[in-house]
Amino acid sequence: MQIGVDNLAVARGGVTVLQGLDFRLAQGRVLILRGPNGSGKTTLLRTLAGLQAPVAGQVELAPEAAAYGAHADGLKSTLTVRENLAFWAAVHGGGEVEPALAALDVASLADRRAAELSAGQKRRLGLARLLVTGRPVWLLDEPTVSLDAASVARFVGVLRGHLALGGLAVIATHVELGLPEAATLDLSAHRARILARDGFDEAFL
Amino acid sequence: MRALLLRDLQLAIRSGGGFGLGLAFFFLLTVLVPLGVGPEGGTLGRIAPGILWVGALLACLLSLDRIFALDFEDGSLDLIATAPIPLEGAVAVKALAHWLVTGLPLTLVAPALAVLLSLPPAGYGWLVVSLLIGTPALSVIGAFGAALVVGVRRGGLLLSLLVLPLYVPTLIFGAEVVRRGAEGMALATPLALLAAISLGAAAVLPFAAAGALRVNLR
Repeated sequence: MQIGVDNLAVARGGVTVLQGLDFRLAQGRVLILRGPNGSGKTTLLRTLAGLQAPVAGQVELAPEAAAYGAHADGLKSTLTVRENLAFWAAVHGGGEVEPALAALDVASLADRRAAELSAGQKRRLGLARLLVTGRPVWLLDEPTVSLDAASVARFVGVLRGHLALGGLAVIATHVELGLPEAATLDLSAHRARILARDGFDEAFL
Repeated sequence: MRALLLRDLQLAIRSGGGFGLGLAFFFLLTVLVPLGVGPEGGTLGRIAPGILWVGALLACLLSLDRIFALDFEDGSLDLIATAPIPLEGAVAVKALAHWLVTGLPLTLVAPALAVLLSLPPAGYGWLVVSLLIGTPALSVIGAFGAALVVGVRRGGLLLSLLVLPLYVPTLIFGAEVVRRGAEGMALATPLALLAAISLGAAAVLPFAAAGALRVNLR
């Protein structure tokens, strides 16, 4: 399992935002995406996740291998914490729910409704979802938003465990995660110079 | 897919709205129409098939935008699209869940409410049959419409405009089955056409809806 990206260009709303991306990521490695707001971090992650097609270039990553962690956690407020996680586990073919709850320290909240959680607790539950998917590649969009320092450290521990098992991760973040071994990709160097409009999408804007 | 169906049913029952709203609307309509039209049994009996079908159709329409909009807002739709279930299957399951919480209950209470509209006795059986065959088409067509407008703010109005013309054939043939049944006429043709619409919609529209979702999620 590895990720390969060749001369990739991605677009948001018909406007090419990034071009000329080339990187490879081997098993057990993590890539940190850096760049100011609007530099295309989310767009790149969505393209890697297979939610949108690249404008040019190749992505060598099976969509079935990737677990996407977006800004929104995909939680249902009327379901309990355990029900939310059990649903995603069932959809992905039955990952273990209880260890995932424990790993992100939400086990004590398991029977509370997601509506009653704080923002940081919701985020921890959203990150626990990654564990139950059982997928090797994590594509994370600002995973540490609304987490306190202890929770960030806990998340980094979970991430290290995932990498140690042969997983990979691509993480867009603004904070320092404390992963000295991580490769970093600065997206501002790949900003698309010519703002080419894609004719097909334009009709829908 | 089973997990998705169970979750949608659970959500519909817990949050109340999706489950009760359509039924309450249908109930109100069938209670109010006799009051508005007057107690003359002949008139009521004649318009009953049409009123019952219009009521069922509008009741279905009420909860359509919830099919995908809620999942889109909380980010679940992105995650379902990247999950190992095919998006076409997810659409079909969500349409089925919508039918189970709106179309099926409507079908079951319709005979009781038809009494208020003094539907002729011969029509009751056909009312249930026509709703049972016709309402799945309403849910599937509605899911397609909901997929088209997902991500549009306040898409409900646009959704009704898109979906209502597509509902017209189901309404015409559904009401026709009940009318002919009530009058004791042959009804094989409208019944066959109603079934054809439902089967055709269920076979084709999940694919169209999944295509629309993929475009809207980009």
